[in-house]
Formats: sequence, structure tokens, C-alpha cells
Amino acid sequence: MKLTAIVERRIIYSVLLLAVALPLIFPIGWTTEVSDYTRIVYELVETTPEDKVVIVSFDYDPSTMTELQPMAEAMIEHAWKRNQKVIATALWPMGVQMAEQAFTKVLLDYPEKKRGEDFVNLGYKVGGMVTVQAMGRNLMEVYPTDNQNTAYQDIPMLKNVRRLKDVAWISSLSSGVPGIKEWMMVARDNYQVPVTGGCTAISAPGFFPYVNEQRQLYGLLGGLKGASEYESLIGRLGSATTKMDAQSIAHLLILVFIGLGNYRAFRNKRRQNS
Amino acid sequence: MISFMNVFGIWIAAFFTISIFSFLYKDNPFYKLSEQIFVGLSAAYWLVYIIYSIMMPNLFTKLIEDFSGNAILLIPAGLGLMMLMRLHPKTQWLSRYPISIMIGTTAGISMLRYMKSDILEQVTATMINPFSAPDAAGVVGNLLLIIGTVTGVYFFYFSKKQEGIFQIPSKIGIWFLMVSFGATFGYTVMARVSLLIGRLEFLLRDWLHIIT
Repeated sequence: MKLTAIVERRIIYSVLLLAVALPLIFPIGWTTEVSDYTRIVYELVETTPEDKVVIVSFDYDPSTMTELQPMAEAMIEHAWKRNQKVIATALWPMGVQMAEQAFTKVLLDYPEKKRGEDFVNLGYKVGGMVTVQAMGRNLMEVYPTDNQNTAYQDIPMLKNVRRLKDVAWISSLSSGVPGIKEWMMVARDNYQVPVTGGCTAISAPGFFPYVNEQRQLYGLLGGLKGASEYESLIGRLGSATTKMDAQSIAHLLILVFIGLGNYRAFRNKRRQNS
Repeated sequence: MISFMNVFGIWIAAFFTISIFSFLYKDNPFYKLSEQIFVGLSAAYWLVYIIYSIMMPNLFTKLIEDFSGNAILLIPAGLGLMMLMRLHPKTQWLSRYPISIMIGTTAGISMLRYMKSDILEQVTATMINPFSAPDAAGVVGNLLLIIGTVTGVYFFYFSKKQEGIFQIPSKIGIWFLMVSFGATFGYTVMARVSLLIGRLEFLLRDWLHIIT
């Protein structure tokens, strides 16, 4: 029986749907090997002294939260484990809500952490690179209040934080422009603040060259895999780890489909020649 | 009431998710409805967001509270209005001024930054002693980095015809480019599958309560 192209396509979609859904319902528990890119991020957080203030910038919106939200939760948890204080900022409007969601989730395991003392959400600012540049000069001018309308000078953890140079590291979780590149170009190249972060899988190959001898980026978490690697390093069974089973099965299936497609193309070519 | 609204929201989200997925079977009215609602909703959301989160706090509130102290804000406000003149055929020439200012400013700010980050720092990162790595794998990695960069750049050198001995680095460059395209494709697949996982997780967890 010869299947038409549209029927074949529908079969592929259905099988892929099952391949992703079944591992979510029945997790396999496959482990992923930790890459150097992820290990560098981990070591940056791990070696930063306690009580230091750090920035996690939420430069994404709900469309990419499957990949980036687990990174945010894992990085906040790691920073809190090391008693670092987290400032959340956002170069994307909906990053503010993403930050709130991440704090709420991690607070379930760290109920002793207090807003204003251990973490603060400064909210969204329009402007991308120009905003980061202004933050390098004066953070209070850019963010006169946090997202709860508390004045900057009344937030205890920000007492000694006047400009970007006063933070230990910056992590941008980025799904486009503005994002990690703007932070790197200004905060790292201009103010010499270590910049790290994570991005969607689709943009990861474009950012890997910045993880180099010059330390333009201190490591990079690439997509869901990067998030799951980070979770395994900090010993957290987070949502990225559980989703990686489905991801791996889907990749195996796509490899099989590519193999089958090539086999058919090869067979057709040979038939035509003969 | 809150609980009802939550459940209602989840059902609406599930309906739109399935409607969008239904396009994979074939184009249908449910898909069209979802697509159009999504476009309309996004446009409305952004309009409201821009007014209340950008224009109100950065312009209107400041001008109302302290007009003389913030009079300089009238310049960007005026430029913004000139941009809107584009909507009217007779006055659309006015929009060229704010556009040219935007392009000029963006180019000026970005040029130096890109020069430093994408050229100087990247070139410096490639100028390494390949044998300084602590282990054999590191040395091989460094050599591949140098060879890949040089041959990859050489592939795009079109001023001399690439034939004979000049063809060899170009061919090597193609191999490096192909490997990089393959890696990019792999990551793209990962990103797309992640989106599918996200929606299926929503359907199975929040809607159907099959997974926790």
C-alpha cells in the first residue's frame, strides 16, 4: 500500500506526539552528561562568596518558559543555597511575571528567604542595551522602585549596590533581543562584571563561541538540556530533568525518521537508475 | 469564584492548544479562530502594556507631576508624534526625521560595542597557543578551533578563484560549516520539541491531571 505524503506526515506527527507524551506519563529517568558550558556556570555561582548580590535577568516571556523557567528556578535555588542575594530584572515586559513565578516556586523550599533582604524584583525597563548601560552608571536612577513600589533606598539588600560593578555576577536568561548579548556587550565588556546565563536551544549555537578564553560569557545553559544538567549539578529533581526523557525519545525518533527518509530516497534513486 | 476562573482559564487554554494542533491534521475553522484570536489578543495586550508600562510612567506621569523639570521629555514625545504622521499620506515625510535619528543613534551605540565584542574579542579568543591545553583533548579542540576559524573564513573569500591548491582550505571550511549547521539543526529540533513538551505538559498536568 502506498501512502500519500499527507498521510505519511500525519503518521509522523502522531508517533511524535506519543513519543513525547508517554515519557511524560511514565518517566524513564535517563541521566544526562554535564557539559563544560554548564559546569562553568555552576562554578561561577559556587565560587562566589556568601552575602554577595547577584542579578538574574528574566529576558523572556511565557512562549519560551518551558526551556528557561527551569534554569531560572535552578539558578535562584543555587544562589540561595550559597546565601547570595538575588536581584531580578527584566528586559522583556513579561519577564517580571516570570521572575515572580520562579521566586514563588523556589520559596516553597526556602521559606526563610525574605523579599527585600534575600531577593527583590526590580521589574521591567524598556531600552535593552541603553538600559544596561544606564544600570552600569546608576541602578537607582533606572529602578527608583521595585515592582512592589518599595523605594530603592528602602530595600535593605540594595544598600551597597549602586551600579552594576557592585554585583558579583549577572545571569541573563534570554530568548532573543534584548538579552544575553546586550548584557555581555555592556556589563562584561564595559564594566568587567562576569556575565553568564542561559538561552533557548535554538539560539545556543550562536552564543557558544562567546564562551571562550576571553570569558566573554561564563558558561552557557543551552535549552532544556542545559537546564537539566544544571539541575543535576545542584542535586535538584526539577522540571527540566523530568522533561529530558521526552526530549531524548523525540530525538531518537527523529533520527529514525531521518534514517528511513534517507533509505527511501536512496532506494528510489537506485530504482530510477536501474 | 477564583477557583472557577482558574478552571475556566485552563479549559480555554486547552481548547486553543488543541485547536492550534488541529492544523497538523488539516486547516480548519477552529485553527483559524484560534489564530485570529491570538493575533488580536496579542495586539491589544501590547497596546495596553505600552501605554500603561512605558508611556504612562516614563512620559505622562512625569510631565503631569513636574512639567518644567521634565520639559526635555517633550522632545521624544514630539518625535514619537512625528512617527505617527506616517499614517497620513500628506504628512508622512515628517516620520523620516525620527526614523533617521533612531537609526543613527542605534548604529552609533551598537557599532563600537559590536566591534569590540564580535570582532576584537572573538579574534583574540582564537589567537591561542593550541598546545597550552592541559590534556590531549584540549589540544585537539584548540587545533580544531583554529583550523575551523581560518578555513571557514577562507571559504567566504571570493576575490580569488578557488581552484587547485586554493581549493583545499575552502573544502575543509565547508566541512566545518556543515558540522556547525548540523549542530544548529539539532538544537533547533530540541527547541521545537521543547515547545511541544511544554504544551503537552500543560494538557497532561493542568488540564487532565494525569501527571503531577
